[in-house]
Amino acid sequence: MKTSRALAWLLLLPALLPLTLFVFVPAAQSLWLSFHETAPFSRRAIFVGLENYRLLASSPEYWHCVRATILFTLETAVPSIVLALAVALALDAGPYGRDFFRTAFLLPVSISSAMAAMLWLFLYNPTAGYLNYALERLGFAGPNWLGDPRWALPAVAIATVWKEMGFNVIFLLAGLSGVPAELNEAALLDGAGFFSRLRHVTLPILSPTLFFVTVVSVINSFQSFGQIHVLTGGGPAGETDTLVYNLYRDAFVNFRSGYASAQAVVLFALILAATAVQFRLARKNVHYG
Amino acid sequence: MADVELSSVRKSFGAATILHELSLSVRSGEFMVLVGPSGCGKSTLLRLVAGLEEPTSGSVSIGGRRVDGVSPKDRGVAMVFQNYALYPHMTVRENMGFALKLAGLPAVEIASRTSEAARMLGLETQLDKKPGQLSGGQKQRVAMGRAMMRHPQVFLFDEPLSNLDAQLRVQMRTEIARLHRRLKSTVLYVTHDQVEAMTLADRIAVLRGGRIEQIGAPLDVYHDPQTRFVASFIGTPTMNFLPAALAPRGAAPKGAAELGLRPEAARLSSVSGAEALGGGEVALVETLGSSALVHVRLAEGEVVVETRADAAPAVDSPAEVWADPRALLYFDADGRRLRAAAGAAA
Repeated sequence: MKTSRALAWLLLLPALLPLTLFVFVPAAQSLWLSFHETAPFSRRAIFVGLENYRLLASSPEYWHCVRATILFTLETAVPSIVLALAVALALDAGPYGRDFFRTAFLLPVSISSAMAAMLWLFLYNPTAGYLNYALERLGFAGPNWLGDPRWALPAVAIATVWKEMGFNVIFLLAGLSGVPAELNEAALLDGAGFFSRLRHVTLPILSPTLFFVTVVSVINSFQSFGQIHVLTGGGPAGETDTLVYNLYRDAFVNFRSGYASAQAVVLFALILAATAVQFRLARKNVHYG
Repeated sequence: MADVELSSVRKSFGAATILHELSLSVRSGEFMVLVGPSGCGKSTLLRLVAGLEEPTSGSVSIGGRRVDGVSPKDRGVAMVFQNYALYPHMTVRENMGFALKLAGLPAVEIASRTSEAARMLGLETQLDKKPGQLSGGQKQRVAMGRAMMRHPQVFLFDEPLSNLDAQLRVQMRTEIARLHRRLKSTVLYVTHDQVEAMTLADRIAVLRGGRIEQIGAPLDVYHDPQTRFVASFIGTPTMNFLPAALAPRGAAPKGAAELGLRPEAARLSSVSGAEALGGGEVALVETLGSSALVHVRLAEGEVVVETRADAAPAVDSPAEVWADPRALLYFDADGRRLRAAAGAAA
């Protein structure tokens, strides 16, 4: 018994060690720092209690970031799940070139956020970009995608959906392969059309997978950074200034470690709350086995 | 109730042909069992009737109406699947009422039909449970209840009992038979279990390699098989096959290569005689309770003889295998049945 417990710890060690060094310790440090005021380029920290949190709560800019983050999450998570589901259903029907399309949709996931963002930076260029060129050929005047405050957040969201959707496609496709063909056949005999089968058979059985991709997509949206950094740098006029981007600026540009740590703790709490809400909703709507 | 007619139906998947110009008539109210080994096309045939597959050529009619291209829901058929195919997220009540709900029937009507089906199948106390909370037998009853709810013209059963244990299989078999007597519906029932076929069927169709090898009443197929395949497939324990040369003098017809002998038609004796096929020694005795299967090793092969358990000889003891010449069946080298020589056989 003792030996097997020691062996279990030994086997866990390769995972536990980096997790402790790079996740648990920094997280604890962040929590500690969030109650302190630090000077840039110094190790001195003065205990300020909840002052950083009070500052956050009373900062209109911070609330603006909360709003931008929620909007960004809605604009990325919802389309990336709905579109991925549509693509997965289409691919699951077994069209010609299924493997090619599956790879094509997964490809953007495998490139780095910065690379993907650079690509979209070229596409979105208001004068030389392909997107506005194509729109112009169709008779529309394309907007200044990344410079117009009305379009900047949707533009970053489109780039994010393009990059992240493939991840959801793969999981949903795997989930769909687990829907027994007999159930769809039974539903056919019961008189269900495509949408009835989707609603009453496919989606309920796919619900654990849908729940998983929803949780992951929401967390990813909350934590998006690379594409915002490259495409807009939080602008224009703070329209794409999400919580993570604001945190980055306070921590690594303004060197306000205590204040940034408080933001990290709040972000963690927000993600935790969003996930908890999803789990609560899942209790009624997700069907396991 | 409706009759089902398949005319020259061929079904191919790519280069592989599963059914070859197959024709079959199922009479209204008849319990037709399709039996055959795995891959013989019996499930494909059922799916063609259900509308889950379309024939490559030929036609399917239900109740005198051609149903090629008609969607499964409009064919008036209900199917019970091998793995039950119950919706796991719905309760038993919802599973049973799903088709009627889709058809837009009033909730009161659905509730009344659900109660009626549940009462017939003894599911009254299970209605609010989900399939995951039910035993295999209960799931099978729900699947049958769901099929009954739509008052279909034809019931299709695709190996419905193959996932149940032996005891439950026997129980469910009698329930299906009772249900058929009560509903008097047309049934097409696929199985590879020939005991199910024998006990349930009005008529059996034995399939092999996408063709019907023989159709007939269970006892006709059992006693009068047209081919060696049917003779070997129907009956447990299986028929014994020996070289035709062992037949009593003058009994085997011309061209006979093999003779077939049902284990219950064979007898054991300690002495040889005119009706003896040969002598050997007892290799194995399987006691089944009231009867026993005695395996006798002859020079030409092993023969299984069914005897009373208390009359079974000991292993390694010498034994002569006797047979009534009228009980012997003869087959040519291609496995076709040959009629016994006049005056010597049935």
